[in-house]
Amino acid sequence: MTAFAFYLFAILVIASAAMTILARNPVHSVLWLILAFFNAAGLMVIIGAEFLAMLLVVVYVGAVAVLFLFVVMMLNIDFAEMRAGFMKNAPLGVVVAIILLAELVLGIGAYRAGKLDLGTPLGDAAPMAGASNTEALGVLMYGKYLFLFEVAGIILLVAMIGAIVLTHRGQRSTRGHQNIAKQNARRPEDATINVKPEIGKGVEL
Amino acid sequence: MTGISGIGIEHYLVVSSILFVLGVLGIFLNRKNIIVILMAIELILLAVNINLVAFSAFLGDLSGQVFAMFVLTVAAGEAAIGLAILVIYFRSRGTIAVDDVTQMKG
Repeated sequence: MTAFAFYLFAILVIASAAMTILARNPVHSVLWLILAFFNAAGLMVIIGAEFLAMLLVVVYVGAVAVLFLFVVMMLNIDFAEMRAGFMKNAPLGVVVAIILLAELVLGIGAYRAGKLDLGTPLGDAAPMAGASNTEALGVLMYGKYLFLFEVAGIILLVAMIGAIVLTHRGQRSTRGHQNIAKQNARRPEDATINVKPEIGKGVEL
Repeated sequence: MTGISGIGIEHYLVVSSILFVLGVLGIFLNRKNIIVILMAIELILLAVNINLVAFSAFLGDLSGQVFAMFVLTVAAGEAAIGLAILVIYFRSRGTIAVDDVTQMKG
């Protein structure tokens, strides 16, 4: 049953990743990306990393993918033109991909043949007996990795401020902006004129 | 290093390798479309996360999962900044074709 679930999630994550980079419409790409994230979360649940799987769904699907979807749909882009160089770049890309994959598979094959040993863990971050994955991760993160956790928070703060500063348009875009100096300098004789219209004629403004 | 029902760490490594290569291929194929390039980078980071979690689970050491969380943090920040740059680039140029991006050379 676990093997079946693994192969199901693995095939789906690879297929949806392939569709992400091959889809003609970027909106479809984002939707395939969301499917890939869900299946990757499934892969993580199988080996007992429940907290990270849920985090993947919340952060990637809930925030990052929705951000992508917003940007793709808000910008009015001619996507047909974007596809122009697709086939031109394909041979080089496929060659690089095959070489990269061959190297990675060779490494895994060497491990499989017993030529490579995995490192042994230090043991100070072993999962606690009887504690859930979330609990054990929390103890580790607020204990051993507290400083890194704080730095991650600062990275997010910098990213947030950076994104706001980059996209903020300044005061031009806000309507009803008050200029106090201009308001105080305004005098009645500048703003009003006195006319005496003749009878039967209108006022030329 | 075989877990339950024959699924070992190699299976996870193969999946994450293929995912990584697909991300690299996506950058090559969609050279003009920077939105899909950003999505391909997200795929690469997802492959890295799967790798970290697999090693963490099969070696019995939770540090990998903590670091996968930090990768997640950086990926979220990178997506936010990248899309913000994309939006202001689109505002000033009216297109997102990355072929002729030379104005940022200074």
